Amino acid sequence: MSFEEIYNGAVEEGKEPKRLFKQAQEGAIIATSYAEILLTQAIKKYGAETELHYPDTAYYLPVISALSGEKVETLGQLPAILNKKRAQIFEPLTFENARLAGESTLFAAEIIEALKYIETDKPYEEPWLGFIGDPVVRKYGIKMVDWTIPGEAIILGRAKDSKSAAKIVAKLMGQGMMLFLSDEVCEQLLEENVKLGLDYIAYPLGNFTQVVHAANYALRAGMMFGNIPLGETENQRDYQRRRIMAFGIHLGERDEVKTAAEFGCIYLGFPIVTDQVLAEDEELNDWYVSEPDYDKIVGLAMEIRGVKLTNIEIDIPINQGPAFEGETIRKGDMYYEMGNNKSEAFELVRMVDADHIEDGKITVVGPETNEFNEGDKVPIGIVVDIYGRKMQEDFEGVLERRVHYFINYGEGLWHVNQRDTVWMRVSKDAIAKGFRFHDYGEILIAKYKQEYSAIVDRVQVTIYTDAEEVSKMHKVAKEVYTARDNRLKELRDEKVDTFYSCLLCQSFAPNHVCILTPEHVGLCGAVSWLDAKAAYEIDPNGANQPVEKGEPIDEEKGQWQTCNDYFYKESHQNLEIVNLYTMMEFPASSCGCFEAIMAVIFECNGIAIATRNHTGMTPSGMTFSTLAGSCGGGVQTPGFLGIGRAYLTSGKFIPADGGRARIVWMPTELKEEIRDEFNAACEADGLGPNFIDKIADETVGESAEEILPWLEEQGHPALTMPDIMGE
Amino acid sequence: MPRFRDTELSLSPSVPRKERVKDPKNIMRSVDPAALEMLAHYKDSGIITGYDRYVAQQPQCAFGYEGVCCKICIQGPCRVKGMEGAKSKGVCGAHDYTIVARNISRLAAGGASAHSDHGREIVYTLLAAARGETGDFKVKDEEKLRRVAANVGISAEGKDVNALAEEVALAALNDFGNITSEPCRWLTSYLTDGRKKKFEDCNIAPTSIDRAVVNLLHSTHMGVDADPVNIIFTGLRAGLADYTGMHISTDISDIVLGTPEPCVSEANLGVLKPKKVNIILHGHNPMLSQTLVDIGPEMEDEAKAAGAEGIQFSGICCTGNEVLMRSGVPIATNFSSQELAIMTGVADLMIVDVQCIMPSIRAVAECFNTKIVTTMSNSKIPGSEHIAFDEKHAVESARTVIRMAIDSFKQRQGKEYFVPDVKSKVIAGFSVESIMNLFSKINADVPMQALIDEIEAGRIKGVAFFCGCNNLESVHDQNHLEIVKGLLKENVFVITTGCSAQAMAKAGIMDPAHVDELCGENLAAFLHKLEELNKDTLTDGLPSAFHVGSCVDCSRAHDFLTLMAKTMGVDTPKVPYVATAPEAMSEKAISIGCGFVADGVPTHVGTMPPIEGSACVYDIACRIASDVYGGYFIFETDYAKATEKLLAALEYRTWKMGVHKAVAEKFDAPLTQNY
Repeated sequence: MSFEEIYNGAVEEGKEPKRLFKQAQEGAIIATSYAEILLTQAIKKYGAETELHYPDTAYYLPVISALSGEKVETLGQLPAILNKKRAQIFEPLTFENARLAGESTLFAAEIIEALKYIETDKPYEEPWLGFIGDPVVRKYGIKMVDWTIPGEAIILGRAKDSKSAAKIVAKLMGQGMMLFLSDEVCEQLLEENVKLGLDYIAYPLGNFTQVVHAANYALRAGMMFGNIPLGETENQRDYQRRRIMAFGIHLGERDEVKTAAEFGCIYLGFPIVTDQVLAEDEELNDWYVSEPDYDKIVGLAMEIRGVKLTNIEIDIPINQGPAFEGETIRKGDMYYEMGNNKSEAFELVRMVDADHIEDGKITVVGPETNEFNEGDKVPIGIVVDIYGRKMQEDFEGVLERRVHYFINYGEGLWHVNQRDTVWMRVSKDAIAKGFRFHDYGEILIAKYKQEYSAIVDRVQVTIYTDAEEVSKMHKVAKEVYTARDNRLKELRDEKVDTFYSCLLCQSFAPNHVCILTPEHVGLCGAVSWLDAKAAYEIDPNGANQPVEKGEPIDEEKGQWQTCNDYFYKESHQNLEIVNLYTMMEFPASSCGCFEAIMAVIFECNGIAIATRNHTGMTPSGMTFSTLAGSCGGGVQTPGFLGIGRAYLTSGKFIPADGGRARIVWMPTELKEEIRDEFNAACEADGLGPNFIDKIADETVGESAEEILPWLEEQGHPALTMPDIMGE
Repeated sequence: MPRFRDTELSLSPSVPRKERVKDPKNIMRSVDPAALEMLAHYKDSGIITGYDRYVAQQPQCAFGYEGVCCKICIQGPCRVKGMEGAKSKGVCGAHDYTIVARNISRLAAGGASAHSDHGREIVYTLLAAARGETGDFKVKDEEKLRRVAANVGISAEGKDVNALAEEVALAALNDFGNITSEPCRWLTSYLTDGRKKKFEDCNIAPTSIDRAVVNLLHSTHMGVDADPVNIIFTGLRAGLADYTGMHISTDISDIVLGTPEPCVSEANLGVLKPKKVNIILHGHNPMLSQTLVDIGPEMEDEAKAAGAEGIQFSGICCTGNEVLMRSGVPIATNFSSQELAIMTGVADLMIVDVQCIMPSIRAVAECFNTKIVTTMSNSKIPGSEHIAFDEKHAVESARTVIRMAIDSFKQRQGKEYFVPDVKSKVIAGFSVESIMNLFSKINADVPMQALIDEIEAGRIKGVAFFCGCNNLESVHDQNHLEIVKGLLKENVFVITTGCSAQAMAKAGIMDPAHVDELCGENLAAFLHKLEELNKDTLTDGLPSAFHVGSCVDCSRAHDFLTLMAKTMGVDTPKVPYVATAPEAMSEKAISIGCGFVADGVPTHVGTMPPIEGSACVYDIACRIASDVYGGYFIFETDYAKATEKLLAALEYRTWKMGVHKAVAEKFDAPLTQNY
């Protein structure tokens, strides 16, 4: 079907909402005229040659690059672009023209915003964000593709009062929605202490034209994950409509520019719901609708956009959802903490048989939250017993790692690490709302049953908070960990006969295919071979499929015929040959949401690793964002490889290219995180102790010329290895 | 985007168009007891006043009222209607938004011309004085001269008073016809950095006053600019040219005539004295009126020789405000009731200069013993006498005029008169300098901090600036008085100019005796504290609302705002400050309004300008302006709703600032510049 067919039925013949169309048309006139005035002045002041870019993106001005293909790098390019969009504001008051006016308004807003970045990379103060850089879009990519984030809500304007705004947003956050906020709704939410910011996937953009940064975000998803070439407007719109489940909620008094911007949303396939009463000639069926009742507005918006909910409501006194996963609880906000060597703490998921479990039972052994005092170091043991007909011991570890995510979903709950290195905090707020340890059990049982229903039939949770009981159970847990580790050591690529695929990202990157092996975690870092294996058990028709290994074509480079066949088919004939053990020749492709990217540094005969968290320059001459922009969307790019951080300690770290000895640069941030584990792996490789200290970082230099002498001084092995480019 | 917390309040007027003129057949359209007494007294006399004429004009043309009647070219008038089809555009093809934007911008050009041309006259007076070409004027306030010179970047070093004055005068004249691309000095020297950048980015800073007006008239000529945003921005530039002209007027008037200090006076028709020679000063230019007032005492004997008890000056409109501010001359009345002052029968002579002078005063004067004297080359009335005023013969002209008045007094004897015994005590004379003097007793280093502290502590809600005219769409003075009462009760600090100030003066709002009754507890306490700390200089206490001068002295209100912003360390759109022209009438009100909106101020207008004919232009003025400039128009004809909206606008800024401060602290980030 052609894209335009999605608008069928919006307008009843003879009942065209002409007033609404006129508002959109005039709003576009206002926006484009204002943009022209600012642009002409800026060119006069700074000169046409002046560079213009948003910080931390490889996609120029994304609205413009995505929809027109123009790669804007200087001010002087903009007048012609703006003129094209001015020229598509047509007089007849039709729906089609209103959508074009909407697109023009997006361009105008993009120009107005971009001009603010001429003199500074940070025109707005925290927590207002303005433009959101590529790393953030990539970071949340995996949550968008697996629908943990089921959709995106763009809220603009102002609710009747702050409490109502908070209520609407709590509902959206509870559903896991990503939020883009513009205008006073930001202040209203901040007043109500709603948690906003990058960590909460709730983005306070700013005022007025800053709302365009929502479009900038959405359109980059199409370019990053969908690999839609710049300027393929219709493909891009189709992508947006199919995969970005966004809608707009307009609160408070309307004006023509907002209406025009909202038609920009409609142009991309996102409908609008407003709390304002609309006249008959201001409504568009399923595209521009009124719902003054705040209890119904979110539901209606989701319904007309067709957002499928993935999160479930759990009866606990705190909010929960992926929005709170990134929440940190600072010391000042903390009621008390557990673990981190200050108190004994552990968590354990174990498979039990049907006779030893009472489904849904939650027991707290020891004092409850309210029996401890603020600031206490609380001992804790979380034991989750699981029985399932299709449950396997191998899944214990997979399920145990989920404890981290599930608990972090709770607002005011914080969890890091795993097993008996866990460190948890509970906020004062959560305690004030009545959070009890018992609620950990509620969360865990609900989430396991929701997400792993195929392998989990019964769940029972026991929380130990009595110091003696914790110690006792900790010993039991240690035995389980040891047994599990021994089994894991046996998990080698050579020792299994089945790999698993991951096509999860195809919801966003339709041509991307991952093959997971025991020693090759997904490049997003979120899916391992075991995860995929478990997922296959849960849903045999799902995104993870077994791939029989068969006979290798090239054992060293990691190429199997079965894998090639699978790649060819599932990438829709885009990939024919893939080597899993090298980044130099037919390397694995990337979806776009990788945690880090590796790039060859010819001068050093090695590779540099840039992480999403490192915003500075790298010796490849590119930042993470630019590097990432050059590979993604399911494309093979020799010399570049997107990876998950865990891959750095894998037994199959680009073995065909020389392995870890090739690493000549990584940011200090990464070094600090992986130091011990990485050093241990390197020592096992025969690279000696503390190899990480031979690797350069940004304190040594940010270019090949800067780091090369230093590497020589360290006697870095890469310098004497065979030419990385081969013969 | 609208800026009220209460989303029930919208930026559209709450009263439908056809219901805005209440009781349209009734000529008793005033709440001023003196005016009502006069109207009742002359009810069946056959004398026609503005009150009769307003009623006679009802109902007024809806196309014109909404701004969609275009008379810019003589194919017109074109009246456009509907969203589509041939009728929806003028003959030339102009959309409703083009027509409305052009019409309203041209009003701003008229206003800017009036204010700035007034300023130019005054600069020529200073120039003549500095060059020794007149003995009638000199630099009276040397300190102000030096302050102004420093503000606009002229070094005073090694220059005597006249040399410096000449340089300042020439610099001011340059702002009228500057040929470079530098923006006007009298604009940029008085702005926050944020506003300077904003005006530059949006290309609305005028490089010369005259050019801003000419450019506007050109671009709104038939077949030139059709773009509503471009036209409105050109209108805003005229608004800032108006600002520039006003600021020049105020600065140079203060230099030549002195910077106002608190003074005691009276207001309303009761100030006219049957047994004295009554000379009413009407119009806007203070040069001649101040000369008359200054020369008055030496002419007392001649008046007494003619049988009078002396000479009584009184004022109408802003020339009245100018002499009140500097010499304590009482106010006779304000714009709408100007004819009624003549109808008392005791006005021996009304001398007028420019602006807001009803041509009908001459017709009314025919029925009484009042001479009408015009004085300016661009403002004459058939049937009146004309004495050409120039700065070189001011004193001589003043003597002539006073003698004409004495003659007239002689002829008046034995004729009937009717003077309502209505007047109120007035404390006026509040320049920014004199207000800061008062504040400095609370905070000597940063006087404005005294007020900011009250606002930040939540005791005072903010500042409201009242200005503008009378317009009988409202009931004479009612909007001014009801709104100011509403705001004072809610602890809003009020400053005022123009006919708005005169409405308050007549109604006793500037009488310190009414402070406790009119003001909320916190505002009253603040005023009493100021009185107590300044009792050595304030003989009669402080009023509830501060009279800051004539309509060109709206520049003082801008300066007050800028000073607040700088003291708070923010740009103007974050300052809890609102402006209102409750009964706007003249083109000047439009240009003043444009200036305040550009300067980041929520600006209420209580009578409808011709703008409703285009939803697009209406949105630009009321909603988009707020996004771009932080200031915006609030059109509301119902005074109770208007009061609510003004309070909401203030409270909104305070609320937002509170959130922003808390957020800055929480995120350990600088205060956001968002507004």
